[in-house]
Amino acid sequence: MVALQITWFILIGILMAGYTVLAGFDLGAGYLFYRFRSAEEREAISYNLRPIWGVNQVWLLTGGGALFAAFPKVYAGVFSGFYLALMLLLLVLVLRAVAIEIKPEVNSARWIRFWDEAYFIGSALVCLLLGVAMGNLLAGIPLDVKGNYTGGFWDLLNLFAIGTGLFSVSLFALQGAGFLMAVGPDQLREKASQIAFRYWLVSLVLFLLLSVYCFINEPQVFANYYHYPLLYVIPALLVACYGIYPVVLKKMAAYIPMLVSSLLILSLWGVIGGAMFPALVPNAADPAASLTLYNSSSSLLTLKVMLILAIIGVPIVLFYIGVIYRQFFAGRSLSQSIDSSAGELSQ
Amino acid sequence: MDAVLLSRIQFGVTVGFHFIFPPLTIGLAWIIYFMQRRFHQTGELIYQQMSRLWVRLLAISFVIGVASGIVMEFQFGTNWAEYSRYVGDIFGAPLAAEGILAFFLESAFIGVLIWGENRVSPTLYRLSSLLVAVGATLSAFWIIVANSWMQTPAGYHIVGSRAELTNFFQAVFNPSTLPRYLHTIDASFITGAFFVVGISAWMLLKNRQAEMAGKSLRIGLVVAVIACVVQLFLGHYHAVQVANTQPAKLAAMEAVFEDEQGASLLLFGLVDPENRTVNNKIAVPYLLSWLITGEPHAEIKGLNSFPETDWPPVKVVFYSYRPMIILGGAFILFTLWGLWLLKGGTVYNNRLFLRLAMIALPLPFIVNQLGWITAEVGRQPWIVYGLLRTADAASVNVPAAQILASLVMFVLIYILLLGLWIFLIAKELKSVSDANVNGKEVASAW
Repeated sequence: MVALQITWFILIGILMAGYTVLAGFDLGAGYLFYRFRSAEEREAISYNLRPIWGVNQVWLLTGGGALFAAFPKVYAGVFSGFYLALMLLLLVLVLRAVAIEIKPEVNSARWIRFWDEAYFIGSALVCLLLGVAMGNLLAGIPLDVKGNYTGGFWDLLNLFAIGTGLFSVSLFALQGAGFLMAVGPDQLREKASQIAFRYWLVSLVLFLLLSVYCFINEPQVFANYYHYPLLYVIPALLVACYGIYPVVLKKMAAYIPMLVSSLLILSLWGVIGGAMFPALVPNAADPAASLTLYNSSSSLLTLKVMLILAIIGVPIVLFYIGVIYRQFFAGRSLSQSIDSSAGELSQ
Repeated sequence: MDAVLLSRIQFGVTVGFHFIFPPLTIGLAWIIYFMQRRFHQTGELIYQQMSRLWVRLLAISFVIGVASGIVMEFQFGTNWAEYSRYVGDIFGAPLAAEGILAFFLESAFIGVLIWGENRVSPTLYRLSSLLVAVGATLSAFWIIVANSWMQTPAGYHIVGSRAELTNFFQAVFNPSTLPRYLHTIDASFITGAFFVVGISAWMLLKNRQAEMAGKSLRIGLVVAVIACVVQLFLGHYHAVQVANTQPAKLAAMEAVFEDEQGASLLLFGLVDPENRTVNNKIAVPYLLSWLITGEPHAEIKGLNSFPETDWPPVKVVFYSYRPMIILGGAFILFTLWGLWLLKGGTVYNNRLFLRLAMIALPLPFIVNQLGWITAEVGRQPWIVYGLLRTADAASVNVPAAQILASLVMFVLIYILLLGLWIFLIAKELKSVSDANVNGKEVASAW
């Protein structure tokens, strides 16, 4: 039972990580609209995002479903507790979904500008809100005995959570810039490379600041690492990613920075998981009464059935997503990309 | 207002709005697959051009459906936390399965279908319409599984304060899953087919792309007539299941207040729950008993068999169910007439039929809503039939004012989305002229 509960703790983490890595492309690139201001630049970005943003967002939906199935008490407690924040998140998810898909439907500069701005605002807020939510969960929130959140909406906007929100924005920006470098075209690539460098620096500084803040104010975050020093390989991987990123950015092929930032995000999820284990929602009011993977999980049978479904389903999903990404992006030189986009437009 | 009522209204509004779109996209996806297959079989370009037009309309409808559907995955936790704790052990699994086994497939390949024609290999593009249709149809399966478990829970036992899974297959194939799934998928074919037939009829009347419209009409009409006739049997199958597993719901659907032997089927009536009677009724004697059991004199359980606190709102159920049945019958007659005209080759010029086909386009959407209201209001006062009352299932820690705020927000967004959907469909159709059917206008890029 415990093994299954731990497996699902990890699997939920993998689903969330999958979401942030892949949806990081369309969220981050959308946020970077503030740097790509012309309709042409924005259309070149949208052109590359349109085929894949939708399937990227399914990771979030599946993560929500899996959380419901594996840890229903967490699903119920967190989502009802974060009610207004979650409604705001849903609102902006709806907004950006509509924005990117219907932008090309009407050929008018005002229409296009409006939906480009909507996509930017929606993406930026999703990046921010996810980080704010994770910051609150990492530091812990007050819960009553039933696992219901007892704080209010404004309590969620504390200093630490705003910090993690900004950190989240900077990482999504890094991921988005990596995607633009990988898929081009060249005009975007150069600008994206400069942006990536800047956000590498910003996110590194924020990471250090947040770590220091935790060290002083949230020392429990480090408890697992004191007890199991072997866990330090995960933050070591994170630091290594930070270390090599600027080198890779300068010297390597255009798609490598994207891989490094993906690994960086994955290892960050590892760091968070390592810090929170076994809690999914640390209880700030009474740490002993936290929602943990032991006391909030579904039954043995449900976890087993779900694991079988995941073992069958996830590799197939990864396979066809891989095929589709390759078909849309791999080996596409700049000229091909221009030709095909121009060809499609002139029809 | 109280929080439970507001949550109920919000859930009704969000699901009701969302449910406009999936039946359309499921039906339309299959019809597009049929069109593309026809293109590959015959090599006639007209089928390729036609599928492009319908893919544009599918794309617009799909995005609005997805946008409204995102809310669903989280709403159980936000507004129905007590419910989520009670059923999470069983109810979450089909939602997660829908993501992993179905919705990923649909979303991945709809990107290919909409944007990939000139950007991916021909093989992958050819596969995409089939995989979108399959993914959408499987998505519906897992959602119906989850919903059917609320209607007829199975494969569980109660441990402490929650239901726990004892048998996954029994929970998935609970008594109402199959009848409800088949009924809903067939309704999706009807919705998609009426959409295609109605728009094709409009194009024929306006003489736009007459050849393409005619061939679309033909495909849509064939799908429509089969789906409508099959629905007669599937609807019957579902009603019999309701009578066996949720007799209080059936009694409300048919307004049977007292246990009755040789119950008659009401064609029309004004229901009066206070006095437990139906006024001004037109009824066919013995027909209800015969339909449900095969025996004209068999007994049908009336609402008197159940305490009044367990009654669903009779009026709502009765008045949603009846027009669904009547319209369903009208669909059969209408599509059979269309088939007859099609055989004679006169359907393309029969202005009366074409006009009626246009008028009929929104009707399956209305019928879907009526069927959904019948099913879900008929389940009340239970959120899980016989186990948990809706009133006990809402979140306890969300203030009513916050729910009111989110409800107002959703209502406004949904009105905008609905307007946007209609505007974009209309715009897409306006651009269908005799010269150009490619329908894709994008702002300039490099």
